[in-house]
Amino acid sequence: MTTVAELPPGFSDKVLSAQSTFRSVMDALARPGTVQRIAASAGAPEGMMHGTAAIALMLFDHDTPIWLDGAISTSDAAKWLKFHTGAPIIDHPAMAGFALIGDPKNLPALDRFALGSSEYPDRSTTLILQVDSLSRGTAYELHGPGIDGSTLLTASIEPHDLFDRLAVNATLFPRGIDVVLVDGSSIVAIPRTTRLVHGKN
Amino acid sequence: MNAPSYNFAYLDEQTKRMIRRAILKAIAIPGYQVPFASREMPMPYGWGTGGVQVTAAILGPDDILKVIDQGSDDTTNAISIRKFFGKTAGVATTTLTMEATVIQTRHRIPEAPLHEGQVLVYQVPIPEPLRFLEPRETETRRMHALAEYGLMHVKLYEDIARFGHIATSYAYPVKVNARYVMDPSPTPKFDNPKMDNCAALQLFGAGREKRIYAIPPYTTVVSLDFEDHPFKPYRFDAPCALCGAENSYLDEIVTDDKGGRMFVCSDTDYCEQRQAEGHRGRESAAPHKERAHV
Repeated sequence: MTTVAELPPGFSDKVLSAQSTFRSVMDALARPGTVQRIAASAGAPEGMMHGTAAIALMLFDHDTPIWLDGAISTSDAAKWLKFHTGAPIIDHPAMAGFALIGDPKNLPALDRFALGSSEYPDRSTTLILQVDSLSRGTAYELHGPGIDGSTLLTASIEPHDLFDRLAVNATLFPRGIDVVLVDGSSIVAIPRTTRLVHGKN
Repeated sequence: MNAPSYNFAYLDEQTKRMIRRAILKAIAIPGYQVPFASREMPMPYGWGTGGVQVTAAILGPDDILKVIDQGSDDTTNAISIRKFFGKTAGVATTTLTMEATVIQTRHRIPEAPLHEGQVLVYQVPIPEPLRFLEPRETETRRMHALAEYGLMHVKLYEDIARFGHIATSYAYPVKVNARYVMDPSPTPKFDNPKMDNCAALQLFGAGREKRIYAIPPYTTVVSLDFEDHPFKPYRFDAPCALCGAENSYLDEIVTDDKGGRMFVCSDTDYCEQRQAEGHRGRESAAPHKERAHV
Protein backbone atom coordinates (compact mmCIF):
# COMPACT_ATOMS: atom_id res chain seq x y z
CA MET A 1 0.00 0.00 0.00
CA THR A 2 1.25 3.44 -0.93
CA THR A 3 1.40 6.02 1.81
CA VAL A 4 0.63 9.66 1.14
CA ALA A 5 4.33 10.48 1.39
CA GLU A 6 5.06 8.13 -1.52
CA LEU A 7 2.45 9.61 -3.85
CA PRO A 8 3.73 11.55 -6.87
CA PRO A 9 3.70 15.32 -6.36
CA GLY A 10 1.13 17.79 -7.75
CA PHE A 11 1.99 20.95 -9.70
CA SER A 12 5.46 22.35 -9.14
CA ASP A 13 3.89 25.82 -8.92
CA LYS A 14 0.24 25.62 -7.88
CA VAL A 15 -0.74 29.01 -9.25
CA LEU A 16 1.18 29.46 -12.49
CA SER A 17 1.14 25.79 -13.53
CA ALA A 18 -2.64 25.76 -13.16
CA GLN A 19 -2.87 28.96 -15.20
CA SER A 20 -0.74 27.70 -18.10
CA THR A 21 -2.58 24.36 -18.10
CA PHE A 22 -5.90 26.20 -18.19
CA ARG A 23 -4.83 28.30 -21.17
CA SER A 24 -3.84 25.13 -23.06
CA VAL A 25 -7.23 23.57 -22.36
CA MET A 26 -9.07 26.82 -23.15
CA ASP A 27 -7.20 27.16 -26.46
CA ALA A 28 -7.92 23.50 -27.21
CA LEU A 29 -11.67 24.02 -26.70
CA ALA A 30 -11.69 27.33 -28.56
CA ARG A 31 -9.87 25.70 -31.51
CA PRO A 32 -11.21 22.14 -31.68
CA GLY A 33 -8.94 19.68 -33.46
CA THR A 34 -5.71 21.61 -32.82
CA VAL A 35 -3.08 19.92 -30.69
CA GLN A 36 -2.14 21.95 -27.60
CA ARG A 37 0.75 21.18 -25.28
CA ILE A 38 0.64 21.13 -21.51
CA ALA A 39 4.02 22.44 -20.42
CA ALA A 40 3.50 22.70 -16.66
CA SER A 41 5.50 20.19 -14.64
CA ALA A 42 3.36 17.95 -12.49
CA GLY A 43 3.61 14.48 -11.09
CA ALA A 44 1.28 11.79 -12.40
CA PRO A 45 0.26 8.55 -10.70
CA GLU A 46 0.48 5.22 -12.48
CA GLY A 47 -2.24 4.87 -15.09
CA MET A 48 -2.61 8.60 -15.68
CA MET A 49 -0.80 10.52 -18.39
CA HIS A 50 0.89 13.82 -17.62
CA GLY A 51 -1.82 15.78 -19.45
CA THR A 52 -4.64 14.01 -17.60
CA ALA A 53 -2.96 14.64 -14.25
CA ALA A 54 -2.40 18.33 -15.02
CA ILE A 55 -6.03 18.81 -16.12
CA ALA A 56 -7.20 17.09 -12.92
CA LEU A 57 -5.03 19.33 -10.73
CA MET A 58 -6.20 22.41 -12.61
CA LEU A 59 -9.98 21.75 -12.64
CA PHE A 60 -10.96 19.36 -9.86
CA ASP A 61 -11.90 20.22 -6.29
CA HIS A 62 -14.58 19.43 -3.71
CA ASP A 63 -17.25 20.85 -6.07
CA THR A 64 -16.59 18.38 -8.90
CA PRO A 65 -17.76 14.78 -8.50
CA ILE A 66 -15.54 12.62 -10.71
CA TRP A 67 -15.92 9.16 -12.15
CA LEU A 68 -12.96 6.90 -12.90
CA ASP A 69 -13.01 3.97 -15.29
CA GLY A 70 -11.60 0.57 -14.36
CA ALA A 71 -8.08 1.27 -15.59
CA ILE A 72 -7.68 4.37 -13.43
CA SER A 73 -9.68 3.51 -10.34
CA THR A 74 -7.68 0.36 -9.56
CA SER A 75 -4.32 2.12 -9.46
CA ASP A 76 -2.98 4.64 -6.98
CA ALA A 77 -4.62 7.33 -9.08
CA ALA A 78 -7.73 7.44 -6.93
CA LYS A 79 -5.65 8.05 -3.81
CA TRP A 80 -3.55 10.65 -5.64
CA LEU A 81 -6.66 12.49 -6.88
CA LYS A 82 -8.22 12.46 -3.45
CA PHE A 83 -5.07 13.81 -1.81
CA HIS A 84 -4.28 16.54 -4.33
CA THR A 85 -7.75 17.69 -5.41
CA GLY A 86 -10.21 16.54 -2.75
CA ALA A 87 -12.71 15.73 -5.48
CA PRO A 88 -15.35 13.17 -4.47
CA ILE A 89 -15.00 9.97 -6.49
CA ILE A 90 -18.43 8.56 -7.33
CA ASP A 91 -19.80 5.29 -8.71
CA HIS A 92 -22.45 6.67 -11.05
CA PRO A 93 -21.14 8.34 -14.20
CA ALA A 94 -24.50 10.11 -14.63
CA MET A 95 -23.66 12.25 -11.59
CA ALA A 96 -20.10 13.11 -12.62
CA GLY A 97 -18.81 16.51 -13.67
CA PHE A 98 -15.75 14.85 -15.15
CA ALA A 99 -14.91 11.29 -16.12
CA LEU A 100 -11.36 10.02 -16.51
CA ILE A 101 -11.05 7.24 -19.07
CA GLY A 102 -7.78 5.31 -19.00
CA ASP A 103 -9.05 2.34 -21.01
CA PRO A 104 -11.08 3.93 -23.81
CA LYS A 105 -11.65 0.56 -25.55
CA ASN A 106 -14.22 -0.11 -22.84
CA LEU A 107 -15.71 3.38 -22.83
CA PRO A 108 -19.27 3.04 -21.48
CA ALA A 109 -22.15 4.16 -23.70
CA LEU A 110 -22.26 7.96 -23.75
CA ASP A 111 -25.82 8.09 -22.43
CA ARG A 112 -24.55 6.69 -19.13
CA PHE A 113 -22.88 10.07 -18.51
CA ALA A 114 -24.64 13.32 -17.66
CA LEU A 115 -25.81 15.08 -20.83
CA GLY A 116 -27.16 18.19 -19.11
CA SER A 117 -30.75 19.37 -19.37
CA SER A 118 -32.28 21.68 -21.95
CA GLU A 119 -32.43 24.40 -19.30
CA TYR A 120 -28.94 23.71 -17.95
CA PRO A 121 -26.91 22.10 -20.75
CA ASP A 122 -23.73 22.96 -18.81
CA ARG A 123 -24.54 20.30 -16.21
CA SER A 124 -22.94 17.59 -18.29
CA THR A 125 -19.97 15.26 -17.90
CA THR A 126 -16.70 16.25 -19.56
CA LEU A 127 -14.80 13.16 -20.69
CA ILE A 128 -11.04 13.11 -20.40
CA LEU A 129 -9.95 10.29 -22.65
CA GLN A 130 -6.41 8.91 -22.86
CA VAL A 131 -5.64 7.89 -26.44
CA ASP A 132 -2.80 6.14 -28.28
CA SER A 133 -1.65 9.06 -30.39
CA LEU A 134 -2.62 12.57 -31.41
CA SER A 135 0.03 12.79 -34.14
CA ARG A 136 -0.48 9.69 -36.29
CA GLY A 137 -3.30 7.37 -37.23
CA THR A 138 -6.61 8.08 -38.89
CA ALA A 139 -7.27 11.54 -40.35
CA TYR A 140 -10.50 13.12 -39.19
CA GLU A 141 -11.81 16.25 -40.92
CA LEU A 142 -13.66 18.44 -38.46
CA HIS A 143 -15.79 21.57 -38.68
CA GLY A 144 -17.80 23.70 -36.29
CA PRO A 145 -17.38 26.79 -34.09
CA GLY A 146 -13.72 27.55 -33.41
CA ILE A 147 -12.64 26.08 -36.74
CA ASP A 148 -11.95 28.31 -39.76
CA GLY A 149 -13.60 26.22 -42.45
CA SER A 150 -12.39 22.73 -41.60
CA THR A 151 -9.35 21.22 -39.92
CA LEU A 152 -7.61 17.86 -40.00
CA LEU A 153 -6.97 15.88 -36.85
CA THR A 154 -4.66 12.92 -37.22
CA ALA A 155 -5.09 10.62 -34.28
CA SER A 156 -5.24 7.05 -33.19
CA ILE A 157 -8.34 6.90 -31.03
CA GLU A 158 -10.09 4.07 -29.25
CA PRO A 159 -12.95 3.42 -29.47
CA HIS A 160 -12.70 3.55 -33.26
CA ASP A 161 -16.28 4.74 -33.54
CA LEU A 162 -15.85 7.62 -31.07
CA PHE A 163 -16.92 10.22 -33.60
CA ASP A 164 -19.92 8.14 -34.64
CA ARG A 165 -20.93 7.94 -30.99
CA LEU A 166 -20.41 11.69 -30.62
CA ALA A 167 -22.91 12.26 -33.44
CA VAL A 168 -25.56 12.31 -30.68
CA ASN A 169 -24.20 15.76 -29.84
CA ALA A 170 -25.74 17.07 -33.08
CA THR A 171 -29.15 15.64 -32.18
CA LEU A 172 -29.06 16.63 -28.53
CA PHE A 173 -27.56 20.10 -28.84
CA PRO A 174 -27.37 22.17 -26.67
CA ARG A 175 -27.18 19.10 -24.44
CA GLY A 176 -24.19 16.90 -25.05
CA ILE A 177 -20.77 15.60 -24.06
CA ASP A 178 -17.49 17.49 -24.35
CA VAL A 179 -14.36 15.41 -24.80
CA VAL A 180 -10.71 16.16 -24.15
CA LEU A 181 -8.31 13.68 -25.77
CA VAL A 182 -4.95 13.26 -24.04
CA ASP A 183 -1.74 11.73 -25.37
CA GLY A 184 1.08 12.35 -22.92
CA SER A 185 1.42 16.13 -22.73
CA SER A 186 -0.61 16.76 -25.89
CA ILE A 187 -4.32 17.46 -25.78
CA VAL A 188 -7.10 17.94 -28.33
CA ALA A 189 -10.60 19.05 -27.37
CA ILE A 190 -13.78 17.98 -29.13
CA PRO A 191 -16.57 20.17 -27.71
CA ARG A 192 -20.19 19.21 -28.39
CA THR A 193 -20.37 21.64 -31.33
CA THR A 194 -17.64 19.92 -33.37
CA ARG A 195 -18.79 17.74 -36.28
CA LEU A 196 -17.11 15.30 -38.62
CA VAL A 197 -17.07 16.38 -42.26
CA HIS A 198 -18.81 13.39 -43.80
CA GLY A 199 -17.56 11.08 -46.50
CA LYS A 200 -13.93 12.08 -46.22
CA ASN A 201 -12.16 10.01 -43.58
CA MET B 1 8.01 40.25 5.35
CA ASN B 2 4.54 40.12 6.86
CA ALA B 3 3.24 42.70 4.40
CA PRO B 4 -0.13 41.56 3.09
CA SER B 5 -0.02 40.26 -0.45
CA TYR B 6 -2.59 38.93 -2.86
CA ASN B 7 -2.58 35.72 -4.79
CA PHE B 8 -1.49 36.12 -8.43
CA ALA B 9 -4.24 38.10 -10.22
CA TYR B 10 -6.10 38.71 -6.93
CA LEU B 11 -8.52 35.74 -6.90
CA ASP B 12 -7.85 32.64 -4.81
CA GLU B 13 -7.22 29.36 -6.62
CA GLN B 14 -10.53 27.73 -5.73
CA THR B 15 -12.42 30.66 -7.23
CA LYS B 16 -10.26 30.53 -10.36
CA ARG B 17 -10.99 26.80 -10.78
CA MET B 18 -14.73 27.50 -10.53
CA ILE B 19 -14.55 30.35 -13.06
CA ARG B 20 -12.31 28.31 -15.38
CA ARG B 21 -14.81 25.44 -15.40
CA ALA B 22 -17.56 27.91 -16.30
CA ILE B 23 -15.46 29.41 -19.11
CA LEU B 24 -14.79 25.96 -20.61
CA LYS B 25 -18.51 25.12 -20.61
CA ALA B 26 -19.30 28.52 -22.08
CA ILE B 27 -16.93 27.91 -24.99
CA ALA B 28 -18.44 24.46 -25.57
CA ILE B 29 -22.00 25.90 -25.73
CA PRO B 30 -21.61 29.18 -27.68
CA GLY B 31 -24.01 31.90 -26.52
CA TYR B 32 -25.37 29.94 -23.52
CA GLN B 33 -25.12 31.80 -20.21
CA VAL B 34 -23.30 29.59 -17.69
CA PRO B 35 -24.14 30.40 -14.05
CA PHE B 36 -21.08 30.89 -11.83
CA ALA B 37 -20.46 31.79 -8.20
CA SER B 38 -19.47 35.41 -8.76
CA ARG B 39 -17.34 36.88 -5.99
CA GLU B 40 -17.27 40.28 -4.37
CA MET B 41 -14.56 42.30 -6.06
CA PRO B 42 -12.80 45.40 -4.75
CA MET B 43 -14.92 47.61 -7.00
CA PRO B 44 -18.65 48.28 -7.23
CA TYR B 45 -21.03 46.35 -9.45
CA GLY B 46 -21.25 48.12 -12.78
CA TRP B 47 -17.52 48.74 -12.90
CA GLY B 48 -16.73 45.46 -14.55
CA THR B 49 -16.70 42.90 -11.73
CA GLY B 50 -17.67 40.14 -14.18
CA GLY B 51 -15.03 41.06 -16.74
CA VAL B 52 -12.40 41.41 -14.04
CA GLN B 53 -13.13 37.92 -12.69
CA VAL B 54 -12.88 36.39 -16.17
CA THR B 55 -9.64 38.26 -16.85
CA ALA B 56 -8.23 37.21 -13.47
CA ALA B 57 -9.00 33.56 -14.22
CA ILE B 58 -7.28 33.52 -17.62
CA LEU B 59 -4.38 35.94 -17.10
CA GLY B 60 -0.82 34.60 -16.99
CA PRO B 61 2.51 36.33 -16.38
CA ASP B 62 3.31 36.42 -20.13
CA ASP B 63 0.08 38.13 -21.13
CA ILE B 64 -0.10 41.72 -22.33
CA LEU B 65 -3.27 43.38 -21.12
CA LYS B 66 -5.25 46.18 -22.72
CA VAL B 67 -8.35 47.64 -21.06
CA ILE B 68 -10.80 49.93 -22.81
CA ASP B 69 -13.87 51.79 -21.64
CA GLN B 70 -16.14 52.94 -24.49
CA GLY B 71 -13.16 52.56 -26.81
CA SER B 72 -10.90 54.70 -24.69
CA ASP B 73 -7.72 53.51 -22.96
CA ASP B 74 -7.52 56.50 -20.65
CA THR B 75 -10.80 56.78 -18.79
CA THR B 76 -11.04 56.09 -15.05
CA ASN B 77 -12.49 52.60 -15.39
CA ALA B 78 -9.90 51.48 -17.94
CA ILE B 79 -6.96 52.90 -16.02
CA SER B 80 -8.03 51.51 -12.66
CA ILE B 81 -8.56 47.98 -14.02
CA ARG B 82 -5.24 48.11 -15.89
CA LYS B 83 -3.47 49.21 -12.71
CA PHE B 84 -5.32 46.56 -10.70
CA PHE B 85 -3.82 43.77 -12.81
CA GLY B 86 -0.48 45.53 -13.10
CA LYS B 87 -0.35 45.43 -9.32
CA THR B 88 -1.88 42.04 -8.50
CA ALA B 89 -0.50 40.04 -11.45
CA GLY B 90 2.48 42.09 -12.53
CA VAL B 91 1.45 41.72 -16.18
CA ALA B 92 2.61 44.05 -18.93
CA THR B 93 -0.05 46.47 -20.10
CA THR B 94 -0.48 48.23 -23.42
CA THR B 95 -2.86 50.49 -25.29
CA LEU B 96 -2.03 48.93 -28.67
CA THR B 97 -4.79 46.60 -29.89
CA MET B 98 -2.36 44.63 -32.09
CA GLU B 99 0.07 43.98 -29.25
CA ALA B 100 -2.41 42.87 -26.56
CA THR B 101 -3.08 39.19 -25.84
CA VAL B 102 -6.01 39.87 -23.49
CA ILE B 103 -8.30 42.87 -24.04
CA GLN B 104 -10.91 43.67 -21.42
CA THR B 105 -13.58 45.93 -22.81
CA ARG B 106 -16.51 47.93 -21.60
CA HIS B 107 -18.99 48.44 -24.44
CA ARG B 108 -16.78 48.60 -27.56
CA ILE B 109 -14.94 46.26 -29.88
CA PRO B 110 -11.63 47.73 -31.10
CA GLU B 111 -11.58 48.97 -34.70
CA ALA B 112 -8.36 47.15 -35.60
CA PRO B 113 -9.14 43.57 -36.62
CA LEU B 114 -8.43 41.06 -33.85
CA HIS B 115 -6.16 38.13 -34.58
CA GLU B 116 -5.89 34.50 -33.51
CA GLY B 117 -4.62 34.00 -29.99
CA GLN B 118 -6.23 37.17 -28.67
CA VAL B 119 -8.98 37.02 -26.05
CA LEU B 120 -11.59 39.76 -25.82
CA VAL B 121 -13.25 39.96 -22.39
CA TYR B 122 -16.51 41.92 -22.24
CA GLN B 123 -17.96 43.52 -19.11
CA VAL B 124 -21.66 42.74 -19.14
CA PRO B 125 -24.31 44.50 -17.01
CA ILE B 126 -27.39 42.45 -17.98
CA PRO B 127 -26.55 39.20 -19.78
CA GLU B 128 -30.13 38.10 -20.44
CA PRO B 129 -31.35 39.58 -23.76
CA LEU B 130 -34.94 38.65 -22.89
CA ARG B 131 -34.91 40.17 -19.39
CA PHE B 132 -36.75 43.39 -20.26
CA LEU B 133 -39.38 41.37 -22.10
CA GLU B 134 -39.78 38.65 -19.45
CA PRO B 135 -38.59 39.36 -15.90
CA ARG B 136 -38.84 35.76 -14.63
CA GLU B 137 -35.59 33.80 -14.83
CA THR B 138 -37.50 30.49 -14.89
CA GLU B 139 -39.36 31.67 -18.00
CA THR B 140 -36.38 33.09 -19.90
CA ARG B 141 -34.44 29.90 -19.16
CA ARG B 142 -37.27 27.84 -20.65
CA MET B 143 -37.44 30.17 -23.67
CA HIS B 144 -33.72 29.56 -24.29
CA ALA B 145 -34.23 25.81 -23.79
CA LEU B 146 -36.94 25.77 -26.45
CA ALA B 147 -35.20 28.34 -28.68
CA GLU B 148 -38.46 30.29 -28.39
CA TYR B 149 -37.36 33.74 -29.48
CA GLY B 150 -40.56 35.08 -31.03
CA LEU B 151 -40.83 37.70 -28.29
CA MET B 152 -37.55 39.29 -29.36
CA HIS B 153 -38.79 39.60 -32.93
CA VAL B 154 -41.99 41.19 -31.62
CA LYS B 155 -39.89 43.76 -29.79
CA LEU B 156 -37.95 44.60 -32.97
CA TYR B 157 -41.23 44.70 -34.91
CA GLU B 158 -42.68 47.17 -32.39
CA ASP B 159 -39.68 49.39 -33.09
CA ILE B 160 -40.59 49.35 -36.77
CA ALA B 161 -44.28 49.97 -36.08
CA ARG B 162 -43.45 52.96 -33.90
CA PHE B 163 -40.41 54.51 -35.54
CA GLY B 164 -40.39 53.08 -39.04
CA HIS B 165 -37.06 51.33 -38.48
CA ILE B 166 -35.39 49.14 -35.85
CA ALA B 167 -34.46 51.83 -33.33
CA THR B 168 -32.42 49.56 -31.05
CA SER B 169 -28.97 51.11 -31.28
CA TYR B 170 -26.94 49.25 -28.65
CA ALA B 171 -27.12 45.82 -26.98
CA TYR B 172 -28.60 44.75 -30.30
CA PRO B 173 -29.56 41.05 -29.97
CA VAL B 174 -27.59 38.47 -31.94
CA LYS B 175 -28.01 34.76 -32.63
CA VAL B 176 -24.87 32.72 -32.01
CA ASN B 177 -24.09 29.57 -34.00
CA ALA B 178 -27.74 29.49 -35.19
CA ARG B 179 -28.98 28.57 -31.72
CA TYR B 180 -28.83 30.95 -28.75
CA VAL B 181 -29.99 34.56 -28.82
CA MET B 182 -27.38 36.53 -26.92
CA ASP B 183 -26.89 40.03 -25.58
CA PRO B 184 -23.61 41.37 -26.98
CA SER B 185 -23.40 43.69 -23.91
CA PRO B 186 -24.21 47.36 -24.53
CA THR B 187 -21.85 47.72 -27.49
CA PRO B 188 -23.17 49.98 -30.26
CA LYS B 189 -24.76 47.92 -33.03
CA PHE B 190 -22.00 49.30 -35.25
CA ASP B 191 -19.78 46.67 -33.59
CA ASN B 192 -22.08 43.68 -34.14
CA PRO B 193 -20.61 42.64 -37.52
CA LYS B 194 -17.14 42.42 -35.91
CA MET B 195 -18.35 39.58 -33.67
CA ASP B 196 -19.20 37.39 -36.64
CA ASN B 197 -16.48 34.92 -37.66
CA CYS B 198 -14.00 36.79 -35.44
CA ALA B 199 -10.51 35.23 -35.20
CA ALA B 200 -10.26 36.00 -31.47
CA LEU B 201 -12.00 34.22 -28.61
CA GLN B 202 -14.75 36.37 -27.05
CA LEU B 203 -15.64 35.88 -23.36
CA PHE B 204 -18.41 37.70 -21.50
CA GLY B 205 -18.58 38.15 -17.73
CA ALA B 206 -21.53 39.52 -15.76
CA GLY B 207 -20.57 39.84 -12.07
CA ARG B 208 -23.79 41.01 -10.45
CA GLU B 209 -25.91 38.65 -12.55
CA LYS B 210 -23.42 35.78 -12.09
CA ARG B 211 -23.20 34.62 -15.68
CA ILE B 212 -20.36 33.81 -18.08
CA TYR B 213 -20.83 33.20 -21.79
CA ALA B 214 -18.61 32.95 -24.83
CA ILE B 215 -18.25 33.03 -28.59
CA PRO B 216 -15.46 30.76 -29.88
CA PRO B 217 -13.37 32.04 -32.80
CA TYR B 218 -14.85 31.60 -36.29
CA THR B 219 -18.43 31.30 -35.09
CA THR B 220 -21.42 32.74 -36.92
CA VAL B 221 -23.01 35.66 -35.11
CA VAL B 222 -26.09 37.06 -36.82
CA SER B 223 -27.86 40.27 -35.78
CA LEU B 224 -31.61 39.64 -35.65
CA ASP B 225 -33.59 41.45 -38.36
CA PHE B 226 -36.36 41.08 -40.92
CA GLU B 227 -36.11 40.45 -44.66
CA ASP B 228 -37.70 43.83 -45.41
CA HIS B 229 -35.87 45.58 -42.57
CA PRO B 230 -32.34 44.18 -42.73
CA PHE B 231 -29.83 44.91 -39.98
CA LYS B 232 -27.96 48.19 -40.57
CA PRO B 233 -25.03 49.33 -38.45
CA TYR B 234 -25.24 52.98 -37.45
CA ARG B 235 -22.54 55.65 -37.37
CA PHE B 236 -22.59 59.46 -37.47
CA ASP B 237 -22.28 60.64 -41.07
CA ALA B 238 -18.96 62.44 -40.68
CA PRO B 239 -15.22 61.77 -40.79
CA CYS B 240 -13.27 61.78 -37.53
CA ALA B 241 -12.25 65.39 -36.77
CA LEU B 242 -8.79 64.29 -35.66
CA CYS B 243 -7.74 61.47 -38.00
CA GLY B 244 -10.27 61.76 -40.82
CA ALA B 245 -11.38 58.11 -40.54
CA GLU B 246 -14.56 57.43 -42.50
CA ASN B 247 -15.23 53.95 -41.18
CA SER B 248 -14.74 54.13 -37.42
CA TYR B 249 -17.36 54.51 -34.70
CA LEU B 250 -17.59 58.16 -33.61
CA ASP B 251 -18.24 59.98 -30.35
CA GLU B 252 -20.00 63.33 -30.53
CA ILE B 253 -18.16 65.96 -28.47
CA VAL B 254 -19.90 69.24 -27.64
CA THR B 255 -17.26 71.98 -27.85
CA ASP B 256 -19.14 75.15 -26.81
CA ASP B 257 -22.59 76.42 -25.86
CA LYS B 258 -23.39 77.69 -29.37
CA GLY B 259 -24.09 74.31 -30.92
CA GLY B 260 -20.48 73.61 -31.84
CA ARG B 261 -19.56 69.95 -31.91
CA MET B 262 -16.99 67.61 -33.28
CA PHE B 263 -16.98 63.91 -34.07
CA VAL B 264 -13.96 61.88 -33.06
CA CYS B 265 -13.11 58.18 -33.08
CA SER B 266 -14.36 56.41 -29.98
CA ASP B 267 -11.39 54.01 -30.25
CA THR B 268 -8.52 56.22 -29.01
CA ASP B 269 -5.79 53.74 -29.96
CA TYR B 270 -7.10 53.47 -33.54
CA CYS B 271 -7.28 57.27 -33.82
CA GLU B 272 -3.76 57.78 -32.44
CA GLN B 273 -2.34 55.11 -34.76
CA ARG B 274 -3.90 56.83 -37.75
CA GLN B 275 -2.63 60.25 -36.68
CA ALA B 276 0.86 58.77 -36.23
CA GLU B 277 0.60 57.47 -39.80
CA GLY B 278 -0.05 61.04 -40.96
CA HIS B 279 -3.83 60.96 -41.39
CA ARG B 280 -5.36 64.30 -40.51
CA GLY B 281 -8.92 65.45 -39.92
CA ARG B 282 -10.57 68.86 -40.02
CA GLU B 283 -9.15 69.72 -36.60
CA SER B 284 -5.67 68.37 -36.87
CA ALA B 285 -4.93 68.45 -33.14
CA ALA B 286 -6.93 68.26 -29.96
CA PRO B 287 -8.28 71.72 -28.92
CA HIS B 288 -5.95 72.16 -25.94
CA LYS B 289 -2.91 71.56 -28.13
CA GLU B 290 -3.95 74.23 -30.63
CA ARG B 291 -3.86 76.93 -28.01
CA ALA B 292 -0.12 76.45 -27.57
CA HIS B 293 0.80 78.09 -30.89
CA VAL B 294 -1.42 81.18 -30.80
